[in-house]
Amino acid sequence: MSIINSLISGLSLGSVYAIIALGYTMVYGISRMLNFAHGDVIMIGSYVSFCLTMYVGMPGWLALVGAMAACTVLGVTIERIAYRPLRGTGSLGVLITAIGVSYFLQNAALLIWGANPRVFTTLFKGLDPIRLANARLVITAESFFTIIVCVVIMVALTLFVHRTKAGKAMRAVSEDNGAAQLMGINVNQSISLTFAIGSGLAAVAGVLMCSAYPVLMPTTGAMPGIKAFTAAVVGGIGSIPGAMVGGLILGIIEILSRAYISTELSDAIVFACLIIVLLVKPTGLFGKNTREKV
Amino acid sequence: MGRKRKIKPPASPKKLLQGAVKGSEYKKEAFIAYTILIVGYGLLQLGAGIGLIGHNLQGQFVPICVYVSLAISLNLVVGISGELSLGHAGFMAVGAFSGIIVARMLEAYISIDSVRLVISMIFGAIIAALAGLLIGIPILGLRGDYLAIVTLAFGEIVRNIMNVLYFGLDDSGLRFAFNRMIDLEDNSQRIITGAIGATGIQQTATFTAGLFLALFTLFIVLNIKNSKHGRAIMAVRDNRIAGESIGIDVKKYKLTAFVISAGLAGMAGALFAQNYSTLAPIKFNFNTSVLILVFVVLGGIGNIWGGMIAAALLTILPEALRQFADYRMLTYAIVLVIVMIVTYNPTIKTNMSMRIEKVTSRIKIKKKQTEKGVA
Amino acid sequence: MGKKWMKAAVVAVSCMMAMALAGCGGGSASDGEALKVGVIGPFTGPAAIYGEAVKNGAQLAADEINANDPAFKIEIMAQDDEHDAEKSVNAYNKLRDEGMQVLVGTTTTAPCTAVAAEAYKDRVFTLTPSASGPAVTEGNDNVFQLCFSDPNQGVAVAEYMAANFPDAKVGVIYNNADNYSSGIYAKFKSTWEGKGKKILATEAFADDANADFTAQLNSMKNAGVDMVFLPIYYTPASNIMTQADKMDYKPTYFGVDGMDGILALEGFDTSLAEGVLLLTPFTAYSEDEDTQKFVKAYEEAFGDTPIQFAADAYDCVYAVYDSYQKTGCSVEDDSATICEAMIKVFTGDFTFSGLTGQNMKWNEAGEVDKTPKVCVIQDGKYIEK
Repeated sequence: MSIINSLISGLSLGSVYAIIALGYTMVYGISRMLNFAHGDVIMIGSYVSFCLTMYVGMPGWLALVGAMAACTVLGVTIERIAYRPLRGTGSLGVLITAIGVSYFLQNAALLIWGANPRVFTTLFKGLDPIRLANARLVITAESFFTIIVCVVIMVALTLFVHRTKAGKAMRAVSEDNGAAQLMGINVNQSISLTFAIGSGLAAVAGVLMCSAYPVLMPTTGAMPGIKAFTAAVVGGIGSIPGAMVGGLILGIIEILSRAYISTELSDAIVFACLIIVLLVKPTGLFGKNTREKV
Repeated sequence: MGRKRKIKPPASPKKLLQGAVKGSEYKKEAFIAYTILIVGYGLLQLGAGIGLIGHNLQGQFVPICVYVSLAISLNLVVGISGELSLGHAGFMAVGAFSGIIVARMLEAYISIDSVRLVISMIFGAIIAALAGLLIGIPILGLRGDYLAIVTLAFGEIVRNIMNVLYFGLDDSGLRFAFNRMIDLEDNSQRIITGAIGATGIQQTATFTAGLFLALFTLFIVLNIKNSKHGRAIMAVRDNRIAGESIGIDVKKYKLTAFVISAGLAGMAGALFAQNYSTLAPIKFNFNTSVLILVFVVLGGIGNIWGGMIAAALLTILPEALRQFADYRMLTYAIVLVIVMIVTYNPTIKTNMSMRIEKVTSRIKIKKKQTEKGVA
Repeated sequence: MGKKWMKAAVVAVSCMMAMALAGCGGGSASDGEALKVGVIGPFTGPAAIYGEAVKNGAQLAADEINANDPAFKIEIMAQDDEHDAEKSVNAYNKLRDEGMQVLVGTTTTAPCTAVAAEAYKDRVFTLTPSASGPAVTEGNDNVFQLCFSDPNQGVAVAEYMAANFPDAKVGVIYNNADNYSSGIYAKFKSTWEGKGKKILATEAFADDANADFTAQLNSMKNAGVDMVFLPIYYTPASNIMTQADKMDYKPTYFGVDGMDGILALEGFDTSLAEGVLLLTPFTAYSEDEDTQKFVKAYEEAFGDTPIQFAADAYDCVYAVYDSYQKTGCSVEDDSATICEAMIKVFTGDFTFSGLTGQNMKWNEAGEVDKTPKVCVIQDGKYIEK
């Protein structure tokens, strides 16, 4: 029974990683940049949601919508101010800028909300866990809904990217920026849209994550951010289903290695798995193998 | 790196073989870099001697040297061989902790601090280079951002493993344990205690040792850059396919650069470790790797002395910002972003470079005139 | 070449500008008659809560002293160390540049160990409010702790448990990346097992306060543990309690002084902490009159309920004040003179009573001797046992 319990917590953690990884992977796909500030957007989203429920008294779902709106604005602003001036100058410059933005967000949060950690009120307050097999198998409401939300987002996002005009434009830009521009696609708009979606998803991920693991601090987003980035790479960075699968795999490996191998070494095991995956498949599980021509 | 691998027009063989550095440019670069180190050392020593420089800056002499040499050694990977590495702190950690162990073991036999320091630094470099070889062989086939993430993973793995390593030294010799405490008679026999790290380190690092470290690192890296090896590496960086087609063994050259860079980072780590009485693995987390990368990128990728200056300035910057009190790190972040945008944005860049060109050309003209005058 | 020149120049210029900016903000206004007390702690980064508490506590004490004693002024100079040994030494050197005479710090153990070595060389008297690791005082005759040392806490908890809960099925979750936590755990383990008892399950985590603890909790549950000893800070503890509750696992928790603060945690469902036992020298909910006064003043000044770190720092400043009066030094004396005089007072028959203990005494090793209190949380309040 305990292995099934572990699998379920793994799936739930993995779903959070997957949602964060979607943000990484979409941004990477369209602008070829590693947005290291993404993890901190998650943290800001959680804080906003926390404030809306605690101080304004909004119900959880409304606070979530508020947090998504705030993060969307934040993401687009960051792209406009910090990343756009550096577009087309190689990914290293933008990478460092993203790190600067990440420091900025963490320290701004520290100044705004102070150093005292907050305990996040779960979005699913009052919902009893599902108990199966004489209560030996416990599925918390958080796990259950996190997994569901993750699946819904995945489906919606795939439909959006493949069926809508804006989504197709995004794909075109990530395929070939120059050609897309020639075809009359507004590249700036497409990239802004990507940041908006990615950051909105970050808010969702933040609220779900903090519902399950409630401590909220200015550094809360850092480690999940790195892990989700790893997940995106395992799945093949730039690929939406890849981010999903990568996130789930990572979450399960992390929880299982904590439960059965060593709590101290679980991160090392997760990262070792990443290396192994990349050695076997150098562009990740779902990554496209771009052939280079001379 | 950069945008989706654009197919570059094939470079002419002549340009390829020339590599990026011409002889005269190499001499100029080397001259500037060595001058910065020696003049910087002289000025700082002088300033400290006559009491112009306070304890705060004096306390940073050794870390500055360490970060300067880390910037130089990372430039070998990022600038010269063109691979993004996010795990430099991992190699630094390997060097630091193996250096500490060796220094402690030698305490009973060698009483001269500097000798012990040098031996431990060499040992740290060797172990870190071995780690570089171990990780480099499988991963150097990966490209671009995939390599970056693997080096990031490597750094995190090193830190995680350091968290569960225990070393002690008692009468029966060096004791080692994985994931459990060692029962030792007293605390002073512990060398490394898992995540708590090393305590009771003999603080043998000096500014002069730091200078020699930086000089040595610079010497090695500049020599590689200007060797047949270096030109081959840079040819591959600029156009991999063309480089391969004229018979350059890409992997061998990249691996050499990677391993040497790792070794030099380990050496710097060993010096860093012996500047403080305690050192915890958390020091070598992702943030430190990124910090070193920031030096390299801010100084201009591949520009060795630019990276050196950036390393020194960015090490002092957070200290200089102490007056901002609570807003210190926020200011640091803003400065970083602004500097990046100013140095990398194409419009601002051309604008600025035109102005600076004007100033420098004026200086050059003046220089020539004075040189003529002397002659 | 032009590009490189340009880039380097821009970097240099902007850094210089930042420094110039930094330069003009400074200059501490000292009237030359105040005792300059340095405070170091993490004011940024993940450990910021402890550094902030120490800074505020020390400032509060200094303000009170300055208001009440017309003959004596004390000036607090605080510097950030980001919970990093390197930055902590930088902060210490900065304070020396500013003329610090006595150091109240540093807040956390690892940075304090590094700073203590420097302070020992420079002869600066150091009284740390909260760096409780044994490495802090080891070999440094000038460094004293106001908090319990970690090993002492471990022993005290094991002895209390053995006396009051002889049949408890004990498990431990500790933070193996934290000096404090592993230090207490190690001593607890040896004392507990020395009594012929067993720890049924031991689990660790590495410094990530917001991790998934279900694996550790499952291990406790499966081993039949009914008393979980948590030698950790209250932030991960709150996380553990929340997750355990969701798993229908309800053991008794036993905490140490780091657990104080859990009731003041904004958003935390305090009913989860019902029945938690903790060994702590200070709680903000104590009926003690001085404590009440302190808590009120602190809340007015900083808008937060003080945690134990704040009380420790508050006591530290008063202890420095009391002991300094006994030295007969004048504020013009340099730090080395003050240091030697203070060491004599502290290792002599000096006793100090404050918020975190009555009649505290220090031994030559720099450790404090005070009696631990065990409290239990009932109806959202600490009740002394």
